[in-house]
Formats: sequence, C-alpha cells, structure tokens
Amino acid sequence: MKELNVKELQVLAAKIRLETLKVIHSRGFGHVGGSMDLADLMAVLYGAVMNYDPKDPRWPDRDWLVLSKGHAGPVAYATFGIMGYYPMEEAYTLNHPHTRFPSHTDRKLTPGVDLTTGSLGQGVSTATGAALGNKIDGRESHVFCVIGDGEADEGQVWEGLHFAYAHKLDNIVYFIDNNGYQLDGTTADVLAHSDLAAKAASFGLYTQEIDGHDIAAIYNAIVNAYAKKGVPSCIVLDTCKGKGATFAEPSHEHSSQPKEEQWAEAIAAAEKALAEAEKA
Amino acid sequence: MSVTLIGKHEKDARASRDAMALPLNEMMAQDKSICYVDCDLMGCVNTKQLRKNYPDRAFEAGIAEGNGAGICAGLAATGKKVFFHSFGTFSSRRCYDQIYMSAAYAGLPVHVLGSDAGVTAAFNGGTHMPLEDGAMYLSIPEATVTDPCDYAQLESVVRQLPGITKGVTYTRFVRKDIIQVYADGSQFEIGKGVVLHESDKDVCTVVASGIMVDEALKAYEALQTEGIAVRLIDMFTWKPLDEALLAKAARETGAIVTAENHNTCCGLGSVVANCLVKNCPVPMEFVGVQDQFGQVGPQAFLMDEYGLRAANIVAAVKKAVARK
Repeated sequence: MKELNVKELQVLAAKIRLETLKVIHSRGFGHVGGSMDLADLMAVLYGAVMNYDPKDPRWPDRDWLVLSKGHAGPVAYATFGIMGYYPMEEAYTLNHPHTRFPSHTDRKLTPGVDLTTGSLGQGVSTATGAALGNKIDGRESHVFCVIGDGEADEGQVWEGLHFAYAHKLDNIVYFIDNNGYQLDGTTADVLAHSDLAAKAASFGLYTQEIDGHDIAAIYNAIVNAYAKKGVPSCIVLDTCKGKGATFAEPSHEHSSQPKEEQWAEAIAAAEKALAEAEKA
Repeated sequence: MSVTLIGKHEKDARASRDAMALPLNEMMAQDKSICYVDCDLMGCVNTKQLRKNYPDRAFEAGIAEGNGAGICAGLAATGKKVFFHSFGTFSSRRCYDQIYMSAAYAGLPVHVLGSDAGVTAAFNGGTHMPLEDGAMYLSIPEATVTDPCDYAQLESVVRQLPGITKGVTYTRFVRKDIIQVYADGSQFEIGKGVVLHESDKDVCTVVASGIMVDEALKAYEALQTEGIAVRLIDMFTWKPLDEALLAKAARETGAIVTAENHNTCCGLGSVVANCLVKNCPVPMEFVGVQDQFGQVGPQAFLMDEYGLRAANIVAAVKKAVARK
C-alpha cells in the first residue's frame, strides 16, 4: 500500500470519471450510473492500495478486482487504460463487434479483468473462490469484490459471504455499492433491504459503512480491513448513482442513452472537474 | 484404449462411488493442485476421507450449490484443478447458470460429478432424479459429458479428467449398486466409443451408455437366440461423441437403437440422431425415459416403469429393422 495522497487520488478519480464517460460515449449508450459512482473506489484501489503489473495482468501475486456488478465494466476499462494495461483509445470500442470491451467484464477478453461477471451474484462466489485459492498457495494478496446494492437481492451474494466467513477468508474485501437505485427504481421500492451493513455484520463479516466518495475514508477503511485477521471484511459505500455525469446524476439512471449535446455537456463538465482537481 | 469385456450381468461387490472416491484420493496425494468441493453430500460418495486427508484442498460449500459452483470457478482461476460434487439434479439444474457463466463461459475448467444418474436415484424419488442433467451439460460449448457404465469405466474416466483443461466436464455416475461390465484396469478414451460385439451379419446397432449397457448386453444375447445379429456399442462419451464410429455402424448395419437412463429428449439418442442425420441417415429407435418426470421407487421397478429393459431394446431393434 502506498501512503495516502488525497489530492493525487482525487485527480485520478476525476480522470477515471472523464474516461468512463468517453468509453461509454464511444458506443453512445450504456451503464453510466453504476460505473460513475465507483470512480473514487477505483482511484483508491489502483492509485494507492493494489499491487498489480499492467504488463503482466495475470501476475500470480497480484491483488484481484472482481466487479460482481459486471455492468460497471466501463469504469474498469477506464481505470485499466489510465494505468497502462492498454492504450486508452482501445477501450473506445465498447460494445462494437469483436471488441475486447463488452458491457460486462470478461476475463477472456480484457487485460486486467480477473473474473467474468454479468449474471448478478456470481462474482461474489468466484471472487471468494479466488481468495481461497490464493490462501491455499500462501499468497499475501487480497481480492476486492464489488457488489451492487440491487445485486444484493440475489441469494448467492449471501451464500458467498457465508462461505467466506466459514472458511475464515481474511484476504477478501467485499464492497457494497449502496447507491440506492436499481433498474426499476429505488432499492427501497423494488425490494426493500433492511440495513445492508447490519446484514453483512450478521454474517460475521467485519463491516464498516462509509461515504463512498470520500477518498480518505475509503483508504482508511481498507487499512482497517487489512488489520482484521481471521474474518472477511465488508465495506458498505454510500454512493450517488451517476456521480459526475451531468445527465445521469440527477435521476440516478441505471443505463443512459443521452443525446449528443448531453454527452458534450457531460464530457465538458468532467474535463472541467479534472482541471479543477489538478489545480486544487 | 485397452478393454476387457466381462459382461456376465453380475453385481460388483464394491460401491460404484468408490471408483470415483478412491482414485481421487490417490490423485490428490500426487497432484497438489487438485481441489475438491462438495455440497454437504460427502457422506454419500465416500469423500469425507478427502477432507480428512487434504483439509487445505477439500472443502464443504454446504447446501448452497450455486455458490459452490462459483467457488470452484474461482479456484480454477488461481490454477487449481477442481472437482465439484452433488447429486446430479443439484450439480446440474441447481447451479446451471453458475457452471455456465462463471466456469464455462469464463474459460475456467471445473470437473462436475453428478451422482445418482437417472433412475438410480430410486428412493430419493422424482425430486432427486436427474433425467435432464446430460441434456443441460451437452448444450454447454466445449463441455465434456460422460455416462460411465461400471466401476472400471468410471475410474478410467475420473483419472482422465484433470488432463482436460478446456471446458467444463460432467460425469454422471451411479452411487451404489452397479453391474460389472468390464475387467478392472480396462482403459477407456474419452471421445472413443467401445464396440462390444460386431459381425458382418449385423442388421442393427445398439448404442447404449450407463446402466443401459448391461441391458443392451442382455438384449444382444436374446436377439442372438432368435438369430438376429446386432452390433453393440458402449457410447459412454456423449460429448465428444464418436461420430466416425457411429457413421460406420449406420452404414454397415443400416439401423440404430439408442438406450439411455435419461430423457430421450436431448440426451444420448438426440446427439446420435444429430450425428447420423448429417452423416448417414438410417431408421432409428430410442429407448429411455420418454419425456416423463421421475418418481420414487426401487430401481428395478423404475426400470420396468420407464421401459429401460433388455426387452424394450429387443422390441426397438425389431421395429428399427422393420423400417429399413
């Protein structure tokens, strides 16, 4: 883990937001909401926390990222491009025929993607299995698994947490992206959860709930998770779906198909936010 | 392939599950990358010994097959050779999307073991009777699907599985009582059917797998007494299918009867028909469960009930030959 440098990570998060928009804009539509709200987490993970080698994406001692909410693929493609896994422009082929950048993350196609996700809930189990495999091999690495709050409707999410607790997997950190929205509306309206953090804690996980856009809070929560031995960790990120996308943020849209002038406005705003972050 | 046919219709003194559990125990000692995951059914297939002998590589996933399948895919992503067991119903229907997407689609080999093939689920009844498990796995691209008929064949298949690194594999097997068909030590090759009987007078070929191989042997003997010569093929390897052997049999004998302990819709009969329509269409008949659900009862009753007997094969042969 690197020392925390909030400003540097805020700049990185702004770059990730801008590139996420550009990646989705290359197709003209896509899952903007649930991608943009993860930019701060991705900045902390790839800017300060994780060990990885863009030139050797399958380096056995790397830390793993599993976006169980696989539709957040664009935020991963933006982050990996910025970090040098491939030239950024390659990701501007999102969902074009024969692209390496599909809507949902695919380990066979995209350098940096560790596990294939898309059918919700499944990434929780595969991430947990990877953590188990790394533990068998005595590796020091960690697996980071990002779960959507809508995705938490899936029973498999909770089966995965149950397994991780039972097998004492302290080398995995689950994030729940608690943005309050899913495709058909608010999570409260579609299928009300009780308190997600309390639920995760009741499964025996060391659970923290933080502002998912607070760089320092994310970093410190991961430090706390690393220090906790013998139990898996869960960090509930309270987020704003669509954060930083001018057309998606106000309505917290799950997927967006904005007009070209709305794209221009959103990209200009993201460029301005990046310039401001760099100046700050 | 090196096969010695016994075929005396005698029950093996051993439980069939040990043809999986004992070799796997040996293989795990030799190959430290092999892992085993079960869903609270180790006690049914004698694999508790694996958890005792290899506590760091044999795991309980509990009664949660979907998660268990995903755990296996994750283990495979870290380079492990992973075996996954539950009853055939639960290792197919109950975790199909997880096997399909997390493992197969993702390019992660997982070796799935489905116990209590078809009517051998007997007293657990229709809820536990896998008659469509083979169909589900056949439709997964790159999958390997086998339906071994006895102890020696199951052991031979299980020993080959870790060498399969592309695609998921599915082995449907019998847990307890099994008829011995082959001598111990017989070696089979996945993708190659086994010709048990053939002559230049054959008027039909019976293509069987699993527990239907012994019934097919009985049918062969009954037909012989009536002066009807048939070829007999054990097609334990549903996918990859031995298409060349089937096309040759169809060309040379002119009629085909399949026999399976599975729904005839989308099982062995269907893949054989697919193959022959492309290569050498001939009259075909299908012995197996005729698009029905399972039910509870002794295995012998169920075999009578669903028409999984030598007599059904004999009748099907006559019907197919009459259609020539």
